[in-house]
Amino acid sequence: MQKPMPQSHGALPPPVAVRELRKVYRDIAAVDGIGFTLESGSITALLGANGAGKTTTISMLMGLVIPTAGEARVFGADMARERHKVLHRMNFESPYVDVPMRLTVRQNLEVFARLYGVRNLKGRIAETAEEFKLADLLDRPYGKLSAGQKTRVSLAKALLNEPELLLLDEPTASLDPDTADWVRSKLELYCRGHAATVVLASHNMAEVERLADRVIMLEKGRIIADETPADLIKRFGRANLEEVFLAIARRGAEDGEGAP
Amino acid sequence: MRQASPSSAAASRLREQNGLAASTGRIFALVLRYWYVIRSSWPRAAELIYWPLVQMLMWGFLQTYLAQTAGFAAKAAGLFIGAVLLWDILVRSQLGFSVAFLEEIWSRNLGHLMMSPLRPFELIAALMAVSLIKLLVAMIPVALLAYVFFGFNVLSLGFAFAAFFANLIIMSWSLGLVSTGVVLRWGLGAESFAWLIVFIFLPICCVYYPVATLPPWLQPIALALPPTYVFEGLRAIVLEGAVVGHLMLKALALNVIYFAMGFGAFAYFLQSARIHGTLVQMGE
Repeated sequence: MQKPMPQSHGALPPPVAVRELRKVYRDIAAVDGIGFTLESGSITALLGANGAGKTTTISMLMGLVIPTAGEARVFGADMARERHKVLHRMNFESPYVDVPMRLTVRQNLEVFARLYGVRNLKGRIAETAEEFKLADLLDRPYGKLSAGQKTRVSLAKALLNEPELLLLDEPTASLDPDTADWVRSKLELYCRGHAATVVLASHNMAEVERLADRVIMLEKGRIIADETPADLIKRFGRANLEEVFLAIARRGAEDGEGAP
Repeated sequence: MRQASPSSAAASRLREQNGLAASTGRIFALVLRYWYVIRSSWPRAAELIYWPLVQMLMWGFLQTYLAQTAGFAAKAAGLFIGAVLLWDILVRSQLGFSVAFLEEIWSRNLGHLMMSPLRPFELIAALMAVSLIKLLVAMIPVALLAYVFFGFNVLSLGFAFAAFFANLIIMSWSLGLVSTGVVLRWGLGAESFAWLIVFIFLPICCVYYPVATLPPWLQPIALALPPTYVFEGLRAIVLEGAVVGHLMLKALALNVIYFAMGFGAFAYFLQSARIHGTLVQMGE
């Protein structure tokens, strides 16, 4: 099911190239020999039940976890050894990671803009605040914001450095439908405007259908599907991605492998 | 697939990522982040001063009492207050270093930092700078009050005070590096290690008594620790008016070794955390 690695991308290395990637914790393979290459400007969803290996894969793409075998390269840099060459070209957003609660929105954005070496700091913060409807919230402590407002701040932080590679871990989890839709629109707009490459881990299949060009489905650390959402739906003969996901999950459960 | 375009537009909005200026910028960013935290809450700032003040008052009054009843204590005016102020430099600086790092875990921000262009040595440099700032916030008012209440002027120790200060703060950073590394590797389950590590040095480093007081088997261990020379030096100045340069040089030589070991331990634990995946589970 795995797609072969393209041999050449011309002068520029691909945004993401994963080869025979494996991560074993004690005796359990969280990721078990996966491989894929992402093209510039693509949006790829990593899908799978809890424990399928999505977070471990993303963590290895960020260089926060060192693979047991294989390699994860971002813009040509081996993330286990050379991550600092490319970290300024990336960013990520996850509802499971916060920014400091006591700092105001402005202070948080300032700190991260400085960490990423953003030029014209004040201008960029004002621009981002405008874009994410944060202008009125800039002087409020992050900890006193609502969940939706916090997501907007996290997203603003993630896009401060105008990343070429954006890693999103369930970006709309726990958001109301209206806010989630707004977030998706912003992401779409950013990706189109900047030709950014996105890796998206999500349990929201409607979100994946709307945003993703490609779906990589993981089960027990292995890739079990790698194709466009439309092809996947067609191959399984289902009405939508949600039904495909459930079919795969239940098949796994019947096999005694995918029980939640 | 969306249209790919060169990334030069985005890249031009970022500063140069390598070199001294870039590193300094990232260190400053992190120091600013901790400064904002201190500034955001007056109870936090007051807490920095609270324990050093309580300790100084307690030992100051005890010394005043002893001075009225015992000849030795009368002769050794300033000995206990000086010792407690120096001890607090070691404790506050180590806690300042470690707690600043713990803040990242408590606020679930460590992932953002580790994912940013911040290098490990820049994180360490920022933590060192923050520990120094917190120390000054805590100790300057307390040192002033020690003069007001008990007439003890820490600056009367002269150049020796600068040497004491430098040796203690370097040792505190070494301890901070080890404790931070342990928390990186084992998570918040090891948090108490960061809070308590320094206190094992209270009896061994002979803060309030000479090394000769220790049992013979413990004395070589005490003499292998830089703070021991600081407190011996304090006693030498206060009791005998002696020159302490040789003691400070020994402390400095040991500090170089301990700091290198601390840095090595931090790097080892960070790498171990990346291998065991504990960085991404931090705070859980």
